[in-house]
Amino acid sequence: MSKRLGWFLAAGLLVAALLAGVVSSFASGSPDGLDYAARQGCTFDADDEITGGTCMLQQEGDHQTAGSPLADYGIRGIDNEYLSTGLSGVLGVLITFGIGGGIFWLVRRRGTVASD
Amino acid sequence: METVAMHIANGIVNGPVSAVFLVISAAALAVCIWRARADLDDRLAPMAGLVAAFIFAVQMLNFQVLPGVSGHLLGGTLAVILVGPWVGALCVATVLIVQCLLFADGGLTALGLNIFNMAILGTAVAYLLVAALLRVLPKNPAGLSTTAFIASVVGVVVASQGFVFQYALGGTTDLALGGIAGTMAGVHVLIGIGEGLIAATTVATVARVRPDLVYALRRYRKTATPAPIGATA
Repeated sequence: MSKRLGWFLAAGLLVAALLAGVVSSFASGSPDGLDYAARQGCTFDADDEITGGTCMLQQEGDHQTAGSPLADYGIRGIDNEYLSTGLSGVLGVLITFGIGGGIFWLVRRRGTVASD
Repeated sequence: METVAMHIANGIVNGPVSAVFLVISAAALAVCIWRARADLDDRLAPMAGLVAAFIFAVQMLNFQVLPGVSGHLLGGTLAVILVGPWVGALCVATVLIVQCLLFADGGLTALGLNIFNMAILGTAVAYLLVAALLRVLPKNPAGLSTTAFIASVVGVVVASQGFVFQYALGGTTDLALGGIAGTMAGVHVLIGIGEGLIAATTVATVARVRPDLVYALRRYRKTATPAPIGATA
């Protein structure tokens, strides 16, 4: 890998880490498009519990990895919401880069030297 | 962030249909890995890792599309423009798998459904549009932005209808499909516009800084101006 590509990757990762680590705390907390559709037809109380009606969300089951230390984009044990969300985001960026980049690197075409 | 679940949860679509889509998605990803090997070289492999990490980051940034409704990037268009269709689909799938296993987002049972809609269907539609649009639009940052925007809007809406299709096959609640299809299409047009703006900005930035790293421009580069400024190191 060339030095120039290395700088580009480092800059890209920095941007991703800032987005996931800082900007993410200011993201909208409203249900996303799918969640919104899943809630259509039901009524909710102040605690967001279903109080009546028929909607997709009623059938939602528990998540198998709900006990993960990173579950729900936070870090278990860190109470500060900004810190918890931000750190989990930065970890997610690094883990995704590590796993994705690692697998792509392992299956890549060998024998060709990057020309730049 | 109060709302943290972004993808299909467990139990929304029944077990048999979820299992069928898991098989379909696994087969499609196997084809992608097989075809991706031809594209992945010493330069594209780390770039693809970065694209996956970037999509993970931007998926955390829910933006408001209506009062009480938000949306987030799916990433397919961005990925196919920067790293090509096969590697691009694998990038989105990598993000979905990490989110499911570590962040409890998107049910494990529903993983095949989510991968099918976002990594396979939305990404495939986006790539077909990108390939068609770049034949006629200028191969510069402006043309690339326009392409990214259009492909994002269409790709996101089609991905949302992938869910409606899955729900028609195995939805666990008795609801009118027309209503679900309309709601999903309506909000995802708006989400697609948001995704389009993000994808257009991102690909235009990369095209300005390192045009040689934009997969979608590669085939046109042989006939393009031989030495763009800064392209030789």
